[in-house]
Amino acid sequence: MGIQGDIEEHVRAIAQAMEEEGVHGETTMLKTPESVDLADGVVIPGGESTVMGYLASTNGTLTRLRQRIAEGLPALGTCAGAIALSARVEDRVVGPTKQPLFGVLDATVRRNAFGRQRESFETAVSIPKLGEKPFRGVFIRAPVVSSVGEGVEVLSRLDEGIVAVQQRNILATCFHPELSGDTRLHRHFLSLAR
Amino acid sequence: MISLVGSREDGRRGAAGLPSQETKVVGSTLLKRGFAHMLKHGVIMDVTNAEQAQIAEDAGAVAVMVLDKLPYDIRKAGGVARTASLSAIYEILKTTTIPVMAKCRIGHTYEARVLEDAGVDMIDESEVLTPADEERHIWKWDFTTPFVDGARDLGEALRRIEEGAAMIRTKGEPGTGNVAEAIKHVRVVNAEVARLRAFHSAGDTQELLKTAREMRVAYELALETAKLGRLPVVNFAAGGIATPADAAQMMQLGCDGIFVGSGIFKSEDPAERARAVVLATTFWDDSKTVAEAQRMVDERKSLLGMDSKQTDLRMQERGAQL
Repeated sequence: MGIQGDIEEHVRAIAQAMEEEGVHGETTMLKTPESVDLADGVVIPGGESTVMGYLASTNGTLTRLRQRIAEGLPALGTCAGAIALSARVEDRVVGPTKQPLFGVLDATVRRNAFGRQRESFETAVSIPKLGEKPFRGVFIRAPVVSSVGEGVEVLSRLDEGIVAVQQRNILATCFHPELSGDTRLHRHFLSLAR
Repeated sequence: MISLVGSREDGRRGAAGLPSQETKVVGSTLLKRGFAHMLKHGVIMDVTNAEQAQIAEDAGAVAVMVLDKLPYDIRKAGGVARTASLSAIYEILKTTTIPVMAKCRIGHTYEARVLEDAGVDMIDESEVLTPADEERHIWKWDFTTPFVDGARDLGEALRRIEEGAAMIRTKGEPGTGNVAEAIKHVRVVNAEVARLRAFHSAGDTQELLKTAREMRVAYELALETAKLGRLPVVNFAAGGIATPADAAQMMQLGCDGIFVGSGIFKSEDPAERARAVVLATTFWDDSKTVAEAQRMVDERKSLLGMDSKQTDLRMQERGAQL
């Protein structure tokens, strides 16, 4: 989704993942409902979830993407992208938010769960499903998944919170794999799109 | 992965290698520059109180910048302009879910420390305020909170990055409502990047080194810029943007996003204008949407502005030689 956030970093990570997997494909900026119809998968990047949700709702992109993801279009959401995908959102400081959401991931997400930018951090994150080697987890004003529904597989936990989940065709992380140089999550996403 | 060129991480932050599962590394270059990357393709709006911050958030701003007076009013009021009142900053921090930034004076390390303690997400070492040190900028590597700094050309931008800035904004001429200087500064940076890139592609290391010396910047920063073909950190346009069309024009020039200062809250239609500027920034490459955004505002309600050549106070010149 090419509306706001670290779009280019995901484009590069996907390109690298495709090269490593020997997959041919193109990346394009999804900004309109028409462009959504052409996609075999969608990445919702890091950024501000309020901005992405609002802007995607101004021209029908939100509705169209919501429908396609519900029908099985593979989706990867990182940080703000994970918030946008979730069904229920609250903010650590201001409480419930009224922001537009895709609402396709059966999860409750808490925005800014670890604090403000001063509290942003890097740490090793373990995702057993993707191998033994830990990920460099880059958490920037990151959310945390506070609860998930039955159909949601928890891929990773940090402290008491959930930081990576999968629900069939939907992958969501609270950190930024696109900033870490580790393409395992993007490769996993590609495998869902094939 | 993003460029970490010139990074000066001390042992305390230990950013080399992967941190262990028991440690949480804060304030690393990746976290500071990464934060700026999350703002890309967005609009950062100057605000003076919580009501304005709410209007900005509802309109789709990616962050707000807190000041006591908007640049236009600083020009009119004269006197010394300092960092914003802490009470205003706390109030906005409590009620806003998007990032909150605030300005400190150039070279004023302790004003910046106060802002870091307050918990703002980014500090703007800004020429809009009266410079506190006429010889030095803040050594920004020592902070956990990331900084954005202004620049009129590539040399100035790379010197600020060398001091630890995690983001650059081209200066323009703040508080004028005149976009001409903003356009000029982006053009200058773009032209200088293209020149470095050409030296690099031609394998002309000597000319690249000579240019780095002329710009008074570290060779490694000039080399990385030449290789990337752009600034190694996120670059927003600022200083004089007043209408949706202004915003689209800056995005077309290749900026990562925009700052709007007086343009919104010194106009007579701030809520509509804020929404329109955000729309035009996102959909800048679709002229129909830009036209639609421009129709949302009334030119008769724009900040009247002033000729940036005739203003007594040239904010952009502050700190430029350092």
